[in-house]
This record gives sequence, C-alpha cells and structure tokens, in this order.
Amino acid sequence: MTTLTDPPKEQFRLSMLLYDTRYRSATIQVIALIGFMLLAAWIISNTIQNLEALGKPVEFGFFGESASYDINQRLLEYDSRDSHLRAAFIGLLNTLVVAVLGCITATIVGVMVGVLRLSNNWLIARIMTVYVEMFRNVPVLLWIVLAMAILIEGLPAPNAFRGENPTASMDLFNSVAVTNRGVYIPEFLFSRSLGDVHLFGASSLRFDISLDLIAFLIVLGGSIFSMRKVSAWAAAKQESTGDRPKTWHIQLGILFVPLIILMAALGFHLGYPELKGFNFKGGTHMRNSLIALWLALSLYTAAFIAEIVRAGILAISKGQTEAASALGLRPGRTMRLVILPQALRVIIPPMISNYLNLTKNSSLAIAVGYMDITGTLGGITMNQTGRELECVLLLMLVYLCISLSISAVMNWYNNSVKLVER
Amino acid sequence: MKKSVILGAATIAGLAAGAAVAGTVDDVKARGKLNCGVTTGLVGFAAPDANGEWQGFDVSLCRAVAAAVLGDANAVEFVPTTGKTRFTALASGEIDMLARNTTWTFSRDVDLKFEFTGVNYYDGQGFMVPKALGVSSAKELDGATVCIQTGTTTELNLADFFRSNNISYEPVPIETNAEAQQQYLAGACDVYTTDASGLAATRATFEAPDEHVLLPEIISKEPLGPLVRHGDHEWGDVVRWTLNALVSAEELGVTSANIDELSAGTENPEINRLLGTEGTLGEMLGLDADWAAKAIKAGGNYGEVFAKNIGEETPIGLARGLNAQWTEGGLLYSPPFR
Repeated sequence: MTTLTDPPKEQFRLSMLLYDTRYRSATIQVIALIGFMLLAAWIISNTIQNLEALGKPVEFGFFGESASYDINQRLLEYDSRDSHLRAAFIGLLNTLVVAVLGCITATIVGVMVGVLRLSNNWLIARIMTVYVEMFRNVPVLLWIVLAMAILIEGLPAPNAFRGENPTASMDLFNSVAVTNRGVYIPEFLFSRSLGDVHLFGASSLRFDISLDLIAFLIVLGGSIFSMRKVSAWAAAKQESTGDRPKTWHIQLGILFVPLIILMAALGFHLGYPELKGFNFKGGTHMRNSLIALWLALSLYTAAFIAEIVRAGILAISKGQTEAASALGLRPGRTMRLVILPQALRVIIPPMISNYLNLTKNSSLAIAVGYMDITGTLGGITMNQTGRELECVLLLMLVYLCISLSISAVMNWYNNSVKLVER
Repeated sequence: MKKSVILGAATIAGLAAGAAVAGTVDDVKARGKLNCGVTTGLVGFAAPDANGEWQGFDVSLCRAVAAAVLGDANAVEFVPTTGKTRFTALASGEIDMLARNTTWTFSRDVDLKFEFTGVNYYDGQGFMVPKALGVSSAKELDGATVCIQTGTTTELNLADFFRSNNISYEPVPIETNAEAQQQYLAGACDVYTTDASGLAATRATFEAPDEHVLLPEIISKEPLGPLVRHGDHEWGDVVRWTLNALVSAEELGVTSANIDELSAGTENPEINRLLGTEGTLGEMLGLDADWAAKAIKAGGNYGEVFAKNIGEETPIGLARGLNAQWTEGGLLYSPPFR
C-alpha cells in the first residue's frame, strides 16, 4: 500500500528566472521594458538639457501671449490681440470643418463610384475605373494645388462683376457669386433671433452657441423620432395584415411642417452677397482655400472608399442575390435589404482608416493657405515664438485626440452593425 | 560589461557634442563650401539666372563671405528657404548663415537665439496695388484682400496697421513670393504687401510693371541683414566684418577695378589695413591677411553690388535712399578697421 505524500515544495531560486521556462519569457520582457524606458528617458532628458543649453527651456507660457496675427477664416470671433491658444483653437475648428465636410463628401462620392464601378453599363464602369485609378495614384498634395490653381486662374475676380458691362455675373437669381476669391452664398438670417449662449466666459476657449440652431436641432430630433414611430406602426401593420400602408406623405409632413413653422416664428430670411468696395459683402464666404482643400481631399479619399465599397459588395456571395430574386425582391431592394447590410460589415473597418487619413491629410492645408491648426499653431505661432518642440508636441497631441475620437465613434458604429451571433 | 557600454555611449555622445560646438569657421573650411540660406527666388536679391547661377544682392554677400573664408567666391551651396523654414534651417545647422532679407527684431535676436551681424539693406513694408483700382493711400484699403507671406514680420505689421487705423481686411496667407505673385496677378488679392524692396523686385518681373503702383505709406522699419547662430562669436565676427569691409571699401573708394592696384600698398593706412598690406586684422579673425580684398573682389564693394543687382540702372530700379553712405546722408556706417 502506498501513501500519498505531497510533492516536495519547490523552492524559488533566482536562477529560475533565467533557466525555468515558466519565468523566462516574463524576465526577458521585463528587461526589455526597462531598457526601452531607459532609452526613452535618455532621449527626453537629453532633449530638455540641450534645449536648456540653448536657452530655450520647455515651457508653455507663450500660449497666453497675444498672437498678433489675423486669421481669415474664423468660425468664432478672434482678432490679433487674442492669445496664441485662441488662434490654435480657431485653427482646430478649421481643421474639423474641412475634415467633417471631406468625410461626408468622400463617403457619398465613394459609395456611388464603388457601386457604379460594378454596373453592367460598360461605359459607366470604365469611367469610374479611370476616376479611381487617376485619383488613387497621384499624391493628394498635387490635387490640392491643382484645384487651387484652377479656382484662382479659371474664375473671375470680383472686379469683373463691376462697372457698366461686367464680364461676369452672379448665378442662381443673383444669389450666388462665384469668384476667384471664393464662393459667396446666401446666409441664413433670423429677424427674431433667440440670441446666443456664451460659454467659458472670456477664456481662450470661449464659445458662442446660437439658440436658433439648438431650437432647430430639437425640432428636427422630435420630427425624426415621430417618423420612426410612424415607420414602426407601418411595420407592425405589415406584420399583421401583410399590407404596408403608404406613409411617405405623412413622413414628409412630419419632417418639414414643424421646421417651417419654427423658421417662420424666428423670422427666417436669406442675406444675399453684394459687391461693396473691394469685395462681396454679406452672405457666407466659402474661401477658395477651403473649397480646393475640401474638393481635393474628398475626391482623393473617395477613390479609396470606392474600392472598399466594391470589395465589400463583391465579398457577398452571389447566392444571396439569387436567393433574393427567387423570393421576388427587385434589384434595388436586393441591394438595400440584402447586400448592403452584409457588405457594411466588410466595409466599415477599412473605412475608419480612410477617415483618419483624410483628417491627417488635411494638414496639407498650408499649401493653399488654409488656416488649419497646422497653419496657425504649427505655422505662424511656431515661427513667431520659435517654440518648435512645444508647438509640434501639442500639434501631435491634437491630431492624436481627433483621430482617436473618430476611431471611437466608428468602432461604436461598427459594433452596432456587426453580425449578432446567437 | 554593462558599465563599459554605458561609458562607451557616453564617450560617443560627448564627442558628438564636442564636434557640434567646434567653430563654424573650421566647419566651413573643412567642408570647403559655405552653406548659405537665401530666398526661394526674389529677383535682384536672390534668384537663379538663366544659367542656373544664383545672382542677387543677398547672394553677393554669401559669395563675399565664401571668398573671405575659402578664397573662392563660388564655393557656396545656396539653400533656398521660405519665411517659415529659414530659422529652423539656421538653428539646426543646415546652413551656416542666412542672407534672406530677414528683419532684425528684438525677439529674433534675443528669444530665437540668433545673432544679426549688421544691416545690409534698410527697408520698410509697403503695399502694391494695380493702378486700375484707383487707390492712392493704404488707408483707403478698407475691406481689401491682402496677399501676405506667412511667417514674416510683415504679417504682424499688417495686423497692427489695419487695427490701429480701424479698418478691416482679409488676409490671404501664402508661402513664397512666386505664389503671391500668381495670386496677385490673377486678382485673387487686391493688394500685395511685403518689404518695399521686395515689391519693387517683384514688380520688375511683371509683364506690365507700369500698371501697378507702390502706395506711399511705409508702415514699418525693416532693417534687413545677415544672421548666424547665437554663441559662435568667431563666425559672427567673420560675417559681420565681411559686410563692414564691403561698406568701408565703398567709403574709401576701393572698387573691383582699382583693388589690384591698391593692394600693392597705398599712402592711406586705413586702406592698407583693410586690404591686409598693413597690420594683422586677418590673423585676428583667423583668416588670411587679404581676406577683405578677396571679399571685395568677389562682387565689388557695397555700392557696386547694389548698383549691379537692384540699383537704378536695373529693372528693379531702387534708389540708394537710406542705404547711401553716411557721408551722403544715408545710414551706412561701418565701424573703423583698426
């Protein structure tokens, strides 16, 4: 008969860190980590020491000093007496404007081109192929510069609109002026405006939000909520009776009637641009630099998105289309109800990196003199204060934050459309 | 073993640091070439000619320094810089000196850690408009679109000028003079503003220069001069006294025509000291005795350089104005060679 004894308790010896396979990989990782951290610390301390030897210690106090330069496109009020931080903030908003406009346009154009490239129409499919190859294979900087050159050289200067026999005239019932300084479009004005809310007092990040806009968004949100209710009601009816009631006229009414009432209550009217002095006054001025950058970035990125969309659609097995047709679905519905929802799962993840690319490529703005954050913080501020390291570090941090936010939003969306497994 | 690695790394770092602080004069001599930062192209000041040779007022200064240090006026590598890249290029050591109509200001001298070695052109910021606009004063420019080179002092002066006169404007920031010219000629801006000398030089390249006028207002002081990095005083002295030699040469009547004759020795001791036939000024600078003579031979004295590149006989047609010798009512005043 044998007795069970506990195995002898193994004693931990230092040499086991190296010779025992259970610990070895951890040991190596810890050593590598320490080495890496030492290297990083050496680089940082070396930089700081050298900068101090140059008499330029790393400090961010200069952000409070007045910037002394003007920025042409400012979404918030700003003048040359405001601080460098304020100027950077104005630049940040300009970056976001072009990034958002660019992402939306690139998505619309990209999806259209991607679908059309699969068209059975030989000519359309070939034209889309040419578009994709042209934009994908030429650096975006060249497209930006080209777009700017066409806008400057191809469009009339404001003084061509002047005089007895002007060589240029305004378009769309005298409401839009297309010049080589930009496009002037009518602006929305409210004669019984609700005013603004001022946030953050007098600090560099002060921000005005129009109450009109908030009212507009609330009403719009309410309308969309009601529209969903109507859709749900229609779906329930379809489930129980097999007939889907026509709801589009109700939907349109729910969407537009409250908005029109709100607009009338606020005294909505349009402010038209007018030639006064050297330039057009009034209306909204979309500068050449913004248009060139926006167009070039979105057309360039759209070429990549088109390929992603095409790949996503091709990834869905042909049997799905055939099964849908066998059930009697028309081709449009097949695409909308069967193919695209499945294709989206393939499309979304690479789409995220294209949005990130577009946002980062917007830092080429300085080529056309668009004052984004690279132009203000990383351009004029850096040049006038000579604080290269601080400005570049902050600039990197800003882009990092923007990119991570885009990723977060898109990942959330990706999770919401991905296959739910049961 | 670890210790020896760390010691080794420290030694290498120390050697690298030691090499970095060795004088720029020695670096230039060892390299056999002077790296000189200039504009990306401003006719009359610095621009490549039809043969690809850099020509101009600032270029001549680079050549004079190269001649003084290396004895060869052509041993220059011209590095084109924009208003934005110039200071980084100089601070990082990519160029040895910057001769790029750069305004001497307090913060650039003190805060950016550069050493301005004198003024080679006294300038001021002006405005150019098409004649057809019918503007006669900068104060009538309310609401105008203004092209401006970004990263320059002119950008700040412009903001101050319009603010203090309580009029509005729309700035169009631009990287280089060539782009500004393109936008201005296409009518994408009403006004182009930069240093008056730069405006004159730009206008000279237009197809119809007569159709554009410079407005009478000069809104700032812009003393333009060459600059070097802070801290290397020997090199700063070389650049400073090369410029002074060119100015003194004009004052003393030394020209590229008579310099060979004068180098043989004259009755005037100051000329002798300048040209190195008397005294040990060259040795004090760490250069040959005839360093200044070589610098003057490179392109002539200050007056000759001015007349050849930007003077009244050239298409740019700038008068000497403030840039005349002090004996003729100007501001050029070289300290004595003694």
